[in-house]
Amino acid sequence: MNDPQVAAAVAVSDRVRTPWSEFWRKFKRQHVALVAGGFVAVLVVLAILAPYIVPFDAENFFDYDTLNSPPSWKHWFGVDPLGRDIFSRLLMGSRISLTAGFVSVAVGAVIGTLLGLIAGYYEGWWDRAIMRLCDVLFAFPGILLAIAIVAILGSGMANVIIAVSIFSIPTFARLVRGNTLALKHLTFIESARSIGATDWTIVLRHIFPGTISAVVVYFSMRIGTSIITAASLSFLGLGAQPPTPEWGAMLNEARSELMTSPHVAIFPAVAIFLTVLAFNLLGDGLRDALDPKIDQK
Amino acid sequence: MLQYLAKRLLGLIPTLLLVGILVFMLVHLLPGDPARLAAGPDATPETVALVRKDLGLDLPLPQQFLRFVKGAVTGDFGRSMRTKRPVSSEIASRFAPTFWLTVWAMAWSVTIGMAIGIASAVWRNRWPDRVGMTFAVSGISFPAFALGMVLMQIFAVKLAWLPAVGADSWRHYILPSLTLGAAVAAIMARFTRSSFVDILQEDFIRTARAKGLGEPTVVAKHGLRNALIPVVTMMGLQFGFLLGGSIVVEVVFNWPGMGRLLIDAVDMRDYPVIQALVLLFSLEFILINLVVDVLYGVINPTIRYR
Repeated sequence: MNDPQVAAAVAVSDRVRTPWSEFWRKFKRQHVALVAGGFVAVLVVLAILAPYIVPFDAENFFDYDTLNSPPSWKHWFGVDPLGRDIFSRLLMGSRISLTAGFVSVAVGAVIGTLLGLIAGYYEGWWDRAIMRLCDVLFAFPGILLAIAIVAILGSGMANVIIAVSIFSIPTFARLVRGNTLALKHLTFIESARSIGATDWTIVLRHIFPGTISAVVVYFSMRIGTSIITAASLSFLGLGAQPPTPEWGAMLNEARSELMTSPHVAIFPAVAIFLTVLAFNLLGDGLRDALDPKIDQK
Repeated sequence: MLQYLAKRLLGLIPTLLLVGILVFMLVHLLPGDPARLAAGPDATPETVALVRKDLGLDLPLPQQFLRFVKGAVTGDFGRSMRTKRPVSSEIASRFAPTFWLTVWAMAWSVTIGMAIGIASAVWRNRWPDRVGMTFAVSGISFPAFALGMVLMQIFAVKLAWLPAVGADSWRHYILPSLTLGAAVAAIMARFTRSSFVDILQEDFIRTARAKGLGEPTVVAKHGLRNALIPVVTMMGLQFGFLLGGSIVVEVVFNWPGMGRLLIDAVDMRDYPVIQALVLLFSLEFILINLVVDVLYGVINPTIRYR
């Protein structure tokens, strides 16, 4: 803070710098992330409005005259082998993929953050038990844990969401635990304790806000991963079942007709790619805006 | 070093035990009666009782668990409900194709990923960085099953350069291992770049430059070794990602490996096979992480003595 330039900058700006305005100041410099965030916003609006704006019924409209036809004015993204409009199916599918991505990460983040706070704050027995649990969840490589959970619960989108949530818990728990351990020995925590704040007040009012930026960054990145995981499970036939217009399930259906009508596969693949890419770029931008280390470079 | 190794090995036991319990409980968490499932839909109550006794399902749980552990250690996982053959012989022929697929995918993705990451860090914010990082963020955003379908369509169907399915020769390995490794290469590139960028700003790098060393020497001798420490840890985690990812890739390429067997088993609710495969996948992952930990100790001497 002894840097004269920094001091001058602080003196010149007469506005109060809240964490929010500070975040926004840095975030709006990230043009790619801004575009990605805009794309996500449009996608969310489209997904909410999908049932009212789809040109055709996604599951029960069959155009037998144009089976397998490539994109046209009537069918923007073409028609699949059963005569269904691919554009409509993609729009309806966005509801499933976005919900799966968001809900599963939200559940995983809430449970993981709580576990991480408890482990980091109390240490000792709690810490060992929670971290051992995470080790065990981590011992199942990648998507395998989700497959095992779906094997127990049965296939279906709801079970896929449960599986992906459980899959997200240990990463959030570890992340938050690390931050909690670093924060709990700082002076402001000690002062809170010395004026008689309860453990819960300290953890929720003083430590938790300090971990939020890391959680938010990870949340955004994780949504991309979770959308891919959920789509992969549907692709494997363990998630959404046909005729549900889930993007992974659509790709699986398109596989047998890949030679004759590649457009049936291309559009769902591009939809997954762009959606996940947007969340990843948004996550990168959030990280750069929220990480104090980056600003100095 | 030996002491470090022994400590890591002992540390594995509780994790292995818990993984074993979870996999064992798989059968008991299932809706429905496993003995009924094994006996088939039109078995008489007497047959079901016989099967229950035969599978040891009438014993108390702890005793059943001991039986399971004893079986697992000797490689006996019972018989497949579908083919009635021993699970171990079902799996035996499937192990090698999956193992080699993951090893090849890991080999190329780590080499290429690290090369891209280093190039991006050295030419930070210039065109190699932009190209490399565009590739990397695309790589983590494109799902493996879609990539597999695209590669297969281009190189196996349209151009007919490479075979599409099967695992008979080295040419069969090219497309699946490319598909499987793409995401890992992307993650390694991003991670190596950020690790390298941090290291290149350290004082000892400035010292190395100040004493007149050429840039290649600075990067290779002073940067690489230090930047590798976090990268090696990342490698271990990525192997898990690869093992899991192989399940999806094997389905796309109709690969005769453990992943496809697992999906078939889940479809058929063939629980002994699911149990054995989940255990085997996890065991492989745990052992690989052990190897990575040891490697970590070799690269970074300060870790060994903690």
